[in-house]
Amino acid sequence: MADARLVLTARECRVQIIRMLTHAGSGHPGGSLSVIDILTALYFGRLRHDPRYPDWPDRDRVVLSKGHAVPALYTVMAKAGYFPESQLITLRKLGSPLQGHPDRTMLPGIEAATGSLGQGLSISLGLALGLRLRRSPARVYCILGDGEIQEGQVWEAAMSAPKLGRPMHGLDNLTVILDYNKIQLDNFVAKILDLEPVLAKWQAFGWTVIEIDGHDFDQIAKALDQAEATVGPVIVVAHTVKGKGVSFMENDPEWHGKAPKPAEAIRAIREILGVGEAAWDGYLAKNPPTRALVDELSALEKT
Amino acid sequence: MPAKASRAAFGEALLELGAKDDRIVTVDADLSKSTMTARFAKTYPDRAFNLGIAESNMVGIGAGLALAGRIPFVCSFACFVVGRFETIRISVAYTNANVKIVGTHAGIAIGEDGYSQMGLEDIACIRALPNLPVIQPADELETRQAVAWAVEHEGPLYLRLTRQNLEPVCPPDYRFRPGRWLVLRPGNEVTLIGSGGTVFNCLEAAKLLEADSISAEVVNAASIKPLDEEGLLGSAGKTGHVVTAEDHAITGGLGGAVAEALAEALPTPLKRLGVQGFGESGDPKSLYAKHGLDPAGIAASVRKFLNR
Ligand SMILES: Cc1ncc(C[n+]2csc(CCOP(=O)(O)OP(=O)(O)O)c2C)c(N)n1
Ligand SMILES: [Mg+2]
Repeated sequence: MADARLVLTARECRVQIIRMLTHAGSGHPGGSLSVIDILTALYFGRLRHDPRYPDWPDRDRVVLSKGHAVPALYTVMAKAGYFPESQLITLRKLGSPLQGHPDRTMLPGIEAATGSLGQGLSISLGLALGLRLRRSPARVYCILGDGEIQEGQVWEAAMSAPKLGRPMHGLDNLTVILDYNKIQLDNFVAKILDLEPVLAKWQAFGWTVIEIDGHDFDQIAKALDQAEATVGPVIVVAHTVKGKGVSFMENDPEWHGKAPKPAEAIRAIREILGVGEAAWDGYLAKNPPTRALVDELSALEKT
Repeated sequence: MPAKASRAAFGEALLELGAKDDRIVTVDADLSKSTMTARFAKTYPDRAFNLGIAESNMVGIGAGLALAGRIPFVCSFACFVVGRFETIRISVAYTNANVKIVGTHAGIAIGEDGYSQMGLEDIACIRALPNLPVIQPADELETRQAVAWAVEHEGPLYLRLTRQNLEPVCPPDYRFRPGRWLVLRPGNEVTLIGSGGTVFNCLEAAKLLEADSISAEVVNAASIKPLDEEGLLGSAGKTGHVVTAEDHAITGGLGGAVAEALAEALPTPLKRLGVQGFGESGDPKSLYAKHGLDPAGIAASVRKFLNR
């Protein structure tokens, strides 16, 4: 049975993603909503980390290679205690450590600058190897976008990973997760440059491949357990839905890179919370924090 | 003419030129909606190639297409396409393949996306290659002419375009020519050189300076390489002070090119305005103010430079 706490946390994070993008007026909702369940599973129960001690040498590392989905990462980091949740709405504002794409030097807890697609897997290989060389128990989790793996550098990294460091320091500490939401920027992945057969490709490169539903917490947990018990690098191919949780964003390339308007955001939040249109006013009357959030977003309409 | 982004003017110009010349093809890497080649792709689907998020492959395929007699426009954000510098260096430049490299989303003016999406070192990189002209138009009219020239020009080149709208600055009878700069406003105490997105701000700054009785000559340097040596030396000789303003890293761009030319031919006091350090997220207006590239910032730098 799915961990109810994770489901609840991911739902709260989805609401915050919508909120912060609406405040920012720009950003990437689709890929943030597709990856948030995976990030929630990592940050709440899986990672060995200490938000009060972000440079703890033996912490597990998360490299969000698809850096444009960083709003999702910020929401789990805030919830885990890396910084106050109130800071979320400074996303993309001048001077904020919450840059439009991850900035390692401005925000403790970010492991690498990403945002130029295709670079995170190589950095993750280096991190995993370096940790193995100093006998750290830490693990490395690298999250890739499906469009992103069209980059040649990804396949250079993929080709090198199974043998890197062997026999003494093989990358048994590396888990890659592919956010396979089937959409990139211009269109559906299959229309631009199809990845299929994607499982066979990684297998042919010497990886252990696990295929899951990336919105099912039981399957995510099982896959991550299996990855930890596996010798050599593992890729979890997570089938996801771009824009997951918001009907009008789901499976629509148009919602790759634009922020919702306040009215759209409020509708999105209602859908994420699972409240029907007719029941919404009643719900708000009984839930003052949501009421306050709706008022906050409505006020943006006027400015 | 209303304000228009140079990437939008590029997309329209290419669509028109494509009707007359079927050698023109576009090569993209999953940013065709942003580089504005999407309409060309819709109109000429058999001449538009979207290769996915794979810029090295895009540049290389562009080079091959050029060697086979096509005229490829290879397009992405400036940071990503010029990020494949070594591929450009060998497959395009050294091969001398007739590839038109188009880098959009130049500078900090893109705002909120932040440093990773900002083309900030592209001029410096491409300028170092011996055979690529570097062209940065300042408005719609100039963009259309630069694109037409790019098609006619035999050989590789780099076209740097903006995401943001640009106010018209060139007169209706203007003709773009490589190695020729346009004096938009005559003056005699300081030469103020802008390029692309900063040209309009230089003009506005000149108005502010006029109110302080400072006479600034404003020059539009669309052709950053080759630069207009005659025009530069003539204006610098007249005013005795040169200020460059660009939405690019302070190192190696327009200011660098002007410094090199002046130092060797006519040493003249020079102030370079540009982006210091990494770019960052923020609204474009505030970012320009922070980096002193808005009219008030440029005017303030000029006053300080002239001790006025
Ligand atoms: C090297 C590089 N090229 C282009 C871009 C522009 N870009 C940002 S997101 C994106 C599409 C990403 O698609 P995908 O990896 O599938 O991400 P997701 O669907 O999870 O949002 C593109 C092309 C970039 N950030 N980096
Ligand atoms: Mg995708």
